[in-house]
Amino acid sequence: MESKYVREVRSFVVANYLLGREEGFRNDDSFLELGIIDSTGILELVSHLEETYGIEIADDELNPDNLDSINKISAYLVRKVSVLIGHPAIGREAVSL
Amino acid sequence: MCGIAGIVKTNGQSPELELLRSMIAAVAHRGPDASGVHRSGPVGLAHARLSIIDLAGGGQPMSIANDTLWITFNGEIFNYIELRDELIGKGHSFATRSDTEVILHLYQEEGEKCVERLNGQWAFAIWDAAQQKLFLSRDRLGVRPLFYTRTSDGLVFASEIKAIFANAEIPRELDLQALDQIFTFWVTLPPRTAFRNIHQLPPGHSLVFHRGNIRVHRYWSLGCQIEDAPAGEREKQLSEDLLNLLLDATRIRLRSDVPVGAYLSGGLDSTVVTALTHYLVGDRLRTFSVSFEDKEFDESAYQQEASRFLRTQHSDVACSYEDIARIFPDVIWHAEQPILRTAPAPMLLLSKLVRNSGFKVVLTGEGSDEILGGYDIFKEAKIRQFWGRNPASRWRHLLLKRLYPYIESMQRQSPAYLKNFFHVTADDLASPFFSHLPRWTLTAKLKGFLSADVLAETERDSALARLADELPSAFSSWTPFRRAEYLEAAYLLPGYILSSQGDRMAMANAVEGRYPFLDYRVVEFAAKLPSQLKMKVLDQKYLLKQACQGLIPDSILKRFKQPYRAPDGRSFACSSYASDLLSPAQIERDGVFDARSVSALHAKFKSGRATSVKDNMALVGILSTQLLLQQFVHQPRGSSPWSLSTFEKCAVS
Repeated sequence: MESKYVREVRSFVVANYLLGREEGFRNDDSFLELGIIDSTGILELVSHLEETYGIEIADDELNPDNLDSINKISAYLVRKVSVLIGHPAIGREAVSL
Repeated sequence: MCGIAGIVKTNGQSPELELLRSMIAAVAHRGPDASGVHRSGPVGLAHARLSIIDLAGGGQPMSIANDTLWITFNGEIFNYIELRDELIGKGHSFATRSDTEVILHLYQEEGEKCVERLNGQWAFAIWDAAQQKLFLSRDRLGVRPLFYTRTSDGLVFASEIKAIFANAEIPRELDLQALDQIFTFWVTLPPRTAFRNIHQLPPGHSLVFHRGNIRVHRYWSLGCQIEDAPAGEREKQLSEDLLNLLLDATRIRLRSDVPVGAYLSGGLDSTVVTALTHYLVGDRLRTFSVSFEDKEFDESAYQQEASRFLRTQHSDVACSYEDIARIFPDVIWHAEQPILRTAPAPMLLLSKLVRNSGFKVVLTGEGSDEILGGYDIFKEAKIRQFWGRNPASRWRHLLLKRLYPYIESMQRQSPAYLKNFFHVTADDLASPFFSHLPRWTLTAKLKGFLSADVLAETERDSALARLADELPSAFSSWTPFRRAEYLEAAYLLPGYILSSQGDRMAMANAVEGRYPFLDYRVVEFAAKLPSQLKMKVLDQKYLLKQACQGLIPDSILKRFKQPYRAPDGRSFACSSYASDLLSPAQIERDGVFDARSVSALHAKFKSGRATSVKDNMALVGILSTQLLLQQFVHQPRGSSPWSLSTFEKCAVS
């Protein structure tokens, strides 16, 4: 499951922020330290995650602990979606992830 | 206002007449009313005239003293009437009523120091035949441009670089260090320009070329009061003094033998200038503005309100995304440097509107933000400093969100991200460039698009280290607010605001801008003001607002400052020339950028996914660099649309 998130998120980050230059970029690399994402780029990332995975990212979740690397995003998605699966109002699409 | 060009030879020959004519033809857009060339011995001077003062008698190049002193002059000397009277009192006699002749007599009287007496905006060359000396000078703040280059047999100068390139022997090559600087500061550090070995005379400097040697010296510098004593009871007096100075600066900028109009953007500064002009000339003032189809950028409601309040006759030109894409190649042709924003493009449409309305001269509000505490970057630095003193605070960072209410993405940022993007670590706070770190750091990310070869070349010379080397020695002892002011006024103002967005876009349509806030008396007065009168807590341009109460609509006096912006990268999503210039084949052929990154960026725009500031700056910066290469280096565009036939009546002496 996690590897699927890693693969998909990495693909998005490489296409949108690294603009194809992924050599040497590791899944643990910090977006902030490498200056990969600027202030509007973070919102772009959040919109993408919300639309792709059918989740809502609360303002207090919008922090580097959750979103500052491929692996952190992946781990965050695992936590987030597992909560969603337990939620009665969430449809099968999210569960099928 | 005009275009100038010239050559001094050191090989015993005279400059070629045809070359001088070609040079001035290249800047004929700056002065379509008349032209002239003077050639004598080693020197050739050329002039394209926009007739504004002394329409009958102000032709150039002009001489006095039995043709021993010659001048070619671009600009206006606003205190020429007083200087003329003073010189007549000293025995000088004048053949014309022009300000041009005043410069010559003043030079004859006071030599190189004459520029210290001038109140105006100028770039001129005086040929002193007796001393066989060329004297070039540029105004204090860099309103008018002046470029020069050394050749194997002399010196070549002109108002614009394209005139210098009329000489086929002068190499046309992009300066990669300049690109590095623009992709950091948005501007080059003078005397550097976008082209290798083409120099600009820095603002406030003069140059002497004598017997093959160049001497450049500074005759004026931006002052700075280090101590910030509270204004206390002086506030009211200072507010009155500021208004009186601005009124006089406006009064002498109305000296013209042709009608004068005003730009009216709907912001505080242009409304103040329009109000002062209205006070001096009454209800007949013509005002001009740009409106945007995209409401995110449009300020026409405020423009209409100011126009009604000041009873001006107002015209505006609408600007769409398509307009920006359509005229952008012309923008770069005139700007002569890569730019990171499209904001100059609407200014080109605006000057065309002015010209088509029968006007050659407009008053405008530039300079106020730099000298009176107007820019958001000053406010941002103050908030960052405030937050940095207590980084753990749970609410100090919220002020940053209030600073940019018009930037939607800012509103959802968490403190952790804001702290990173706005640079409030201990190291950041200790940096002499603290105020500008967020802007410069973000801009420098654009270098990631450079090709490996170019990147290796630019990394040899750090832009920040280069800037640090040339700052005034006392810079680090100034307050952060003063340092931020200086960086804006000394670099961004002349290098971008007054050039790419100012002189170049106005003069492309033969329109002269005049700037009351940049009267040196106003600038020197402002330099001595306590910072807290420029920005009281977080209230920008506090003293100016105090001074102008009742003069302009309250709604404009109290409105939230909206920086002048125009739609950026999105304008080019469907542009075919942009697709050609950004194609992998073209990018690889030109060699400046990395083809794969540029393709990915372009695809992002075409799909509508590009929204970030960095992406927008990158696309505009890359496209403008490609246009510059195309038009100036690889396939030179030749002279401007004005052909040499414009000069059939060219006077030759």
